[in-house]
Amino acid sequence: MAINRPCGTFDRSYDQDIAIIRTRLQWILLVVGLVFLFSLPLFLGGKWLDLANFIGISLIAVHGLNILTGYCGLISIGQAAFMAVGAYTSAILTTKLGLPFWAALPCAALTAGVVGLFFGLPSLRVKGFYLAMATLAAQFIIPALIANPLEPITGGIRSLRVPAPEIGGFICRTSQSMFYIIIPMAVIMTFFAKNLARTGVGRAFIAIRDNDLAAEVQGVNVFAYKLLAFFICSAYAGVAGSLWAHWIRAINPEHFTLMDSIWYMGMVIVGGMGSTAGAVFGTVFLRTLDYFTTAYSTSLASVFPVVANLQSALAPLIYGLVIMVFIIFEPRGLAHRWQMFKASYRLRPFPY
Amino acid sequence: MEELFQYVANGFMIGGIYALIALGIVLVYKSTSVFNFAIGQMMAFGAFLFWTLSVQVKLPLLICLLLALAGGVVIGLLIERFTLRPLIGQPLLSAVLITLALSYFLNGLSVAIWGANQYKLPEFLPGKPVSIGGVIFSHDLLWSFFLAMALFILLFFFYQRTRVGLSMRATAESHQIAQARGINVRAVFSMSWALCGLLAAASGMLLAYRFGVSQFLPLVGLKAFPAVLFGGLDSIAGAVVGGLTVGILENLAGGLVASWLMEITPYIILLLILIFRPHGLLGTKRIERI
Repeated sequence: MAINRPCGTFDRSYDQDIAIIRTRLQWILLVVGLVFLFSLPLFLGGKWLDLANFIGISLIAVHGLNILTGYCGLISIGQAAFMAVGAYTSAILTTKLGLPFWAALPCAALTAGVVGLFFGLPSLRVKGFYLAMATLAAQFIIPALIANPLEPITGGIRSLRVPAPEIGGFICRTSQSMFYIIIPMAVIMTFFAKNLARTGVGRAFIAIRDNDLAAEVQGVNVFAYKLLAFFICSAYAGVAGSLWAHWIRAINPEHFTLMDSIWYMGMVIVGGMGSTAGAVFGTVFLRTLDYFTTAYSTSLASVFPVVANLQSALAPLIYGLVIMVFIIFEPRGLAHRWQMFKASYRLRPFPY
Repeated sequence: MEELFQYVANGFMIGGIYALIALGIVLVYKSTSVFNFAIGQMMAFGAFLFWTLSVQVKLPLLICLLLALAGGVVIGLLIERFTLRPLIGQPLLSAVLITLALSYFLNGLSVAIWGANQYKLPEFLPGKPVSIGGVIFSHDLLWSFFLAMALFILLFFFYQRTRVGLSMRATAESHQIAQARGINVRAVFSMSWALCGLLAAASGMLLAYRFGVSQFLPLVGLKAFPAVLFGGLDSIAGAVVGGLTVGILENLAGGLVASWLMEITPYIILLLILIFRPHGLLGTKRIERI
């Protein structure tokens, strides 16, 4: 979008044309932002740091879902189940086989990706919300398999203990040390998601989303790309699950419910589908909102004692309302608002 | 052998309730092509309402029953007016996602009003379990089975023989052509959601009669989705066939193989159906053109 370019910035070479970061100011902002991000543990307390870690993990899962739903147009309401696959793979590899964390993480991504491929198989014949049904099936089948037939290795509904990750002899037990594992991972995955959308693969995804028949006529192998989208989405979930397992350090099939999957879907919607920046906005916004509703629900409940169960009802009420309002009034999400703000700022004082 | 019959009988009758829920989903899908993910929560609402009216307010049972059904209709109408109508003309994806968000919102609402406890409904269905040749038919399940069948026949006649039913079928065929023929498409939408609310409340009360009403009730309602897809999304007969089949298969798998299989059998059926026959047993196969 040429309109979003700062005034006086022109492309003189192809390298400049495809660059994500164009101006010196953007470079400075990026470096300052990253330095600020990585120095957060210096001045953030325990609770806030946990929130940051949680945002980082959710962000990875949401990026995966955004690639599948936002770019490829396939709805998934089973992201939490694929996270469970990643979490359990990583946990079992580190506890039972004694693999180090850094080796278990890619294995978790791979296993989750392969399981995701399996549940993506119906995309051969169906699309839209039919496919949502297949992922709904995943959401129920995977935790049931973990809890019952796989009980000897997963511990079933009893929690499975996971060791703290150890990197180069340093054991990451605290929130601070986990922060330096989770946040770099989240930054790398964001970078990868951003670039994926600009490659041929990303363009093929977008073509499938906009019109799958037309995409096929254009020579896009629709089925292969849909499966690839499922693989990438689930692999992202696997990474998120693995990080989650090593951060919480005790996992249970109950941690990965349909409600969690709907949360991730909501983050994609609120942020704006098909936008990497949107995934970041949506995740940060909803997780922070969730944090404040949980933190202040007790005091709110004492203000309105008439509604006895307000404390536990507040989160789903607010959350459901926020998503509904976004779908009705701003279906393109926070990312679209941000674009509009940037455009109007650059064009000021002219309206367009 | 007797055990086998018992499982089939149980499946038949729980399948009757699935068929009722499936009917609600199919009705809305047929005329508005929106898939209602919130039906589980609508069921729970009907059941909770019935519990409040009968146990807390202590009204006569028949009046409670009617009021709860009316409540279901009102919820259906409210949902249509405030969430689905603003989305007319928007991509279908948004409509599907809004029913998901709605289910979350309704969940919060019912937690706020009724909390996380499980309540037992008063005995509102007359009769007691019947034993035929050693196979026990519990009366509540029998009731739900016959109620489902009766509603199915009623709806069938409603669709085939009445003017409103005809306009609903026309709307299902094409919104634009129906509008051009002078059919009030908006009224048809409201009508379908009202019917869906009615069916949801009825099936919610029947389910709650058996299992009690709590925040877990909507999860049972989710099992109607495999039933709907099995029968075909736009087929009323398919909803009944699908509901019964899913009920029987899940009881057989749960009873004969392993009890944990019972919870996920419907979803395994769902996956197989999606891979091998996506338009369902009796649904219309749609051919797409660019």
